[in-house]
Amino acid sequence: MAKAHVTSHEPDFWNVQTEHKGIWAWLLTKDHKRIGIMYLYAIVSFFFVGAIFGVLMRLELIAPGKTIMEPQTYNSLFTLHGIIMIFLFVIPAMPAVFGNFFLPIQIGAKDVFFPRLNLLSWYLYIIGGLLAITSLFLPGGPVDTGWTFYIPYSIRTTTNVIPALTAAFILGFSSILTGLNFITTIHRMRAPGMDWFRMPLFPWSLYATGWVQILATPIIGITLLLVMIERVFQVGIFDPSLGGDPVLYQHLFWTYSHPAVYIIILPAMGIISEIIPVFARKTIFGYKFIAYSSLAIAFFGSLVWGHHMFTAGMSTTAMFIFSFLTFLVSIPSAIKVFNWVATLYKGSIALEAPLLYALAFIIQFSIGGFTGLMIGALSIDIHLQDTSFIVAHFHYVMFGGAGFGFFAAMHYWFPKMFGRMYNKKTAIVAWAHVTIGFNLTYFPMFIMGYLGMPRRYYDYLPQFQPYHIASTIGSWILFAGLVMMIVNLIRGMRSGEKAGMDPWGGTTLEWTVDTPPPLENFETIPTVTTGPYDYSRYEIAAKEAQ
Amino acid sequence: MFTSSSNFSNAVDAAFLYTAALSAIVLIGIIAAMIYFVIKYSRAKNPVPKNIEGNTALEILWTAVPLVLFMSMFYFGWEGYREMRDIPKDAMVIKVTARMWQWSFEYPDGLQTDTLYVPVGRAIRGDLHSVDVSHAFYIPAFRVKKDVYSNKGNNIWFRSDKVGVYDIMCAEYCGLKHSYMYTKIYVMPRNEYDHWYADASRKAGKIAVRDTTDAK
Repeated sequence: MAKAHVTSHEPDFWNVQTEHKGIWAWLLTKDHKRIGIMYLYAIVSFFFVGAIFGVLMRLELIAPGKTIMEPQTYNSLFTLHGIIMIFLFVIPAMPAVFGNFFLPIQIGAKDVFFPRLNLLSWYLYIIGGLLAITSLFLPGGPVDTGWTFYIPYSIRTTTNVIPALTAAFILGFSSILTGLNFITTIHRMRAPGMDWFRMPLFPWSLYATGWVQILATPIIGITLLLVMIERVFQVGIFDPSLGGDPVLYQHLFWTYSHPAVYIIILPAMGIISEIIPVFARKTIFGYKFIAYSSLAIAFFGSLVWGHHMFTAGMSTTAMFIFSFLTFLVSIPSAIKVFNWVATLYKGSIALEAPLLYALAFIIQFSIGGFTGLMIGALSIDIHLQDTSFIVAHFHYVMFGGAGFGFFAAMHYWFPKMFGRMYNKKTAIVAWAHVTIGFNLTYFPMFIMGYLGMPRRYYDYLPQFQPYHIASTIGSWILFAGLVMMIVNLIRGMRSGEKAGMDPWGGTTLEWTVDTPPPLENFETIPTVTTGPYDYSRYEIAAKEAQ
Repeated sequence: MFTSSSNFSNAVDAAFLYTAALSAIVLIGIIAAMIYFVIKYSRAKNPVPKNIEGNTALEILWTAVPLVLFMSMFYFGWEGYREMRDIPKDAMVIKVTARMWQWSFEYPDGLQTDTLYVPVGRAIRGDLHSVDVSHAFYIPAFRVKKDVYSNKGNNIWFRSDKVGVYDIMCAEYCGLKHSYMYTKIYVMPRNEYDHWYADASRKAGKIAVRDTTDAK
């Protein structure tokens, strides 16, 4: 896509000498790539902690009654699983790791606009994460409110609510600053010739995400602060016994936490839009529609939070509008799915691991979307609200969607980040385990949810057991696949085959710089002359050969 | 899976089956197209890709068609909800009290039970109240659910057309024994219910107010 002839003989960013030595060369770095790598290690570690909690919960649920733990332990486990997976994994995962590492390179910049702020965001993330983990061991016991911290329960419980809320509060600032940084970077630092519609779709998705991060995250920050004030000083804001209103809390909580779903999924959609053209060797179908649909999702997605509260007793008008808008927000998502599938048409497709994760993403995200329509419909949601159907739905979006997007990105950008390639066959075997395990874990939850299995239940009626057994077996296959995947990647990192500059035949700017990239990415900033996914060279070569 | 045990269950199940069937058709279409393309245009079979930038007619088509389908789903859900919202004026009122972690029910004459007994074919209105944290009153078989707050009087209504015993659950997480906050609802033939009501009220020292409304 660009005239970027990088003939740099500088050491890559892993080995470059900086003003600081040893560990400080990392902990005080302002290089977006090193910060991205530090996020990667932290985020993947937290992901595995959350995943182990999930596996333990599933094991408890294999049979009714007590299996391996007491109800209090179970309640803390699903709370921590939620907090870790939401605030420490899926929200930061794609912007903080791949956004940091690749956004500047993809738009032809040397770094993000505010490198110091970027490092501060990482520290906020780590402080928030460590606080969340520390709260497990403080007297009072691990928080047991659910990740939603619903009031009045979160005011009454004696467990460590305050440390958990503080952690979420701090993590929110990490997210806001990252969003701010990316928006500014995209506005100010695009290479010459890279106008908005020559930008790859991953930066587009980060741009839409950034606005949601900046506009929605302060709401949860203030709300959590109010809960702390209420808990400590007994000021009546949300707790009815102090004169407050719990439904107000729910509104404020979801005013952030629903848009947060789009903070999570938009970057994953961006990643899928990067991967499909590369492995189909053709330009993305409907570039502008995909780019604009990201903005539409960010906009409409900020107006639908009330659909989390259809059983709370809202006014009829509110119910009507929230349900209606929920159906509207699904349209831009559907447009993306159709464009991705259409991109495969008449391509030259290589079924490598990144594409397999991307295809699984499309199917699972679609299932998550369709079931989202079902629970967006008022009468159906009344029945399904707070059942395991909801759990299945959001795991299809958050894990089958966003999580798979993260795995796809890991396999896609791995050679560029680490300069080596993982074992491709093992990667595909791991993908098969993760995909089969994922669907076996979560699909039965749709069925038992419709049959009336409430969520957050430590114990259940015997008629639900067959579905629970299937789901628990699924969690073992899933976890085995995850371990296989991570071991394969770590081995690739250490001793994989050396990767070249452009192992997949990609056209975006990150594939024109050295592998791994040097400190400031480009020796000379490239001038961009074409769109991001220009694969016409294959057609031209074929014509010339005739 | 489908019970038709209350006045709402058929409509909710129909709306669900409608959305599920439409979704399944579109999903199968997506998956089939994907698999077909991946096989037909594999790099081995099709080494030279054809660059296609897009097609505005297609974009309009796959915006408009989902829009129409989704609006029909929205309408189905809205219609079903309207019926749930409009509580019949002559419904029999039962006060439902939730506490960590049990339910109790108070009948018109002041009789209290921890299991719910109702006559078949009679509209029942539950006035929901919590004495502590938030709960949610949920009868899966009837497809009805409503949150229960201490500061906000929510109502729920239903009419069961089928004699039987059904589960009542708490659907809003409420702490340690949330998953044990179960009870049952007994839907009884009209005369059996009257008999039970008079009997239970007498034992509790209450005077049963005879319900004179005809069964619907």
